[in-house]
Amino acid sequence: MTDHAELLQLTPLHSRHRALGALMAPFGGWDMPIQYEGIIAEHRWCREQAALFDICHMGEFLFVGDIVAGGLEDLFTFSVTAIPVGRSKYGFLLNEQGGIIDDLIVFRLGLNEAMIVVNAATAPNDFNVIQSRLRGGQFTDISSITAKLDLQGPRSREVLVDLLGGWVAEIPYFRFVRQTVLGSPAIVSRTGYTGELGYEIFLPTDTVGELWDRLLADPRVKAAGLGARDVLRLEVGYSLYGSDIDEQTTPLEADLAAFVKMDKEFVGKTALLQQQQHALGRIKAAFKVTSRRAPRHGFGIFDGERRIGEMTSGVFSPMLGCGIGLGYLEPAYAAIGARLTIAQDRTVMEAEICSLPFFDQGSLRS
Amino acid sequence: MADIYFTKEHEWARVNGAIARIGISGHAAHELGDVTFVELPTVGKQVQQFEVLAAIESVKAASDIYAPLSGTVKAVNSALENEPEKVNESAEEAAWMVELEISNPAEVAQLMTREQYTDYLKTL
Repeated sequence: MTDHAELLQLTPLHSRHRALGALMAPFGGWDMPIQYEGIIAEHRWCREQAALFDICHMGEFLFVGDIVAGGLEDLFTFSVTAIPVGRSKYGFLLNEQGGIIDDLIVFRLGLNEAMIVVNAATAPNDFNVIQSRLRGGQFTDISSITAKLDLQGPRSREVLVDLLGGWVAEIPYFRFVRQTVLGSPAIVSRTGYTGELGYEIFLPTDTVGELWDRLLADPRVKAAGLGARDVLRLEVGYSLYGSDIDEQTTPLEADLAAFVKMDKEFVGKTALLQQQQHALGRIKAAFKVTSRRAPRHGFGIFDGERRIGEMTSGVFSPMLGCGIGLGYLEPAYAAIGARLTIAQDRTVMEAEICSLPFFDQGSLRS
Repeated sequence: MADIYFTKEHEWARVNGAIARIGISGHAAHELGDVTFVELPTVGKQVQQFEVLAAIESVKAASDIYAPLSGTVKAVNSALENEPEKVNESAEEAAWMVELEISNPAEVAQLMTREQYTDYLKTL
């Protein structure tokens, strides 16, 4: 791990994670905290209190210019001009074949200004792809000067109100405000990856340490690592880029067509239209295991002896008390309620296809 | 007084006459993180030394548990099926997994004493 660390990027909070005794591991080219006191305790803290995540590894790009003339409008599977200023939207950057280059969120900062937030591992390629497709405007990678903290959990609002001010309480879901936080310009967004009420805070890298310390000093807040984050996101059925979706997967196969607007132009649209006219070869489905056993990435999905698909994610869900997972299979088998077998070598489990989210009691919209 | 022995795969066997209790070491439990599932063998199953005896899963990983000694399964700690977190709380005491009637006591020569195991952990 220490050897790897030489080659990995470090967030501005790296020494704080070490001081907290975090278990560190490589993720998307970064040396990231996987857990502090334990994944289950951190997961529970997020569902019941407020969990603080270092998300500085994610990429941020800034576009300034005419969104239509500059070509930003045609880049994603949703319309950027249709996002009102002060709101954000989730969707995809696709390749010509309709495969997902990345899933991302665009924040409409102003009439002629947008911030694009992307996954860490894909950020360098995303930047090149977007830049090559733009026709004008100023496009800048601001990742190295932009830090990001996620505060997630039912008590996150009261914590931020106490620390930053009552204005935090006024931010609805998928909206954000630009405010001064600890003397620096920041974006506080009501978004997250956990299914709980929560906020993503973007601020300059040289201020993030102070905000981290101030938040952790609050007894309602505990640090949580990427291990808990993975359990939290899977319980609400969010896809993880690189596991559940990738360049070989289209949004239609991933059952994410809700984030694709077919009445606008974008790269990959022709491929998606073609795919719509033929039967899909595979589709993503959600699986609930009948025991505490967890399916894992790469496990086979079987109908009797016949292999009909493969799992892409899986964990033990503390909220449901059973294994849960996402996988791709032949659409003929993907009906809700269908009972199938998930197996690899000696490990065999029975599972039922269910609807998403697995867990829907979160404080997300409270 | 029972003697405890360890394997390189981090199982322990506490041998008391012809009976051995089997579990995983505190080191292994710590490395696994939060244990979420334990698969126990059926009573009556016969195993050879170092064959797969049980399986364990944590939020981070899944692994097989190998029999430190040959024998026949006499009892299992079925409380672990509903409370696998006991493995994290008391890996080398309360969270024993299997009770074996051992068929070849001489096999303990293939195992490590507590002292040897502690030294072995330093080499990892």
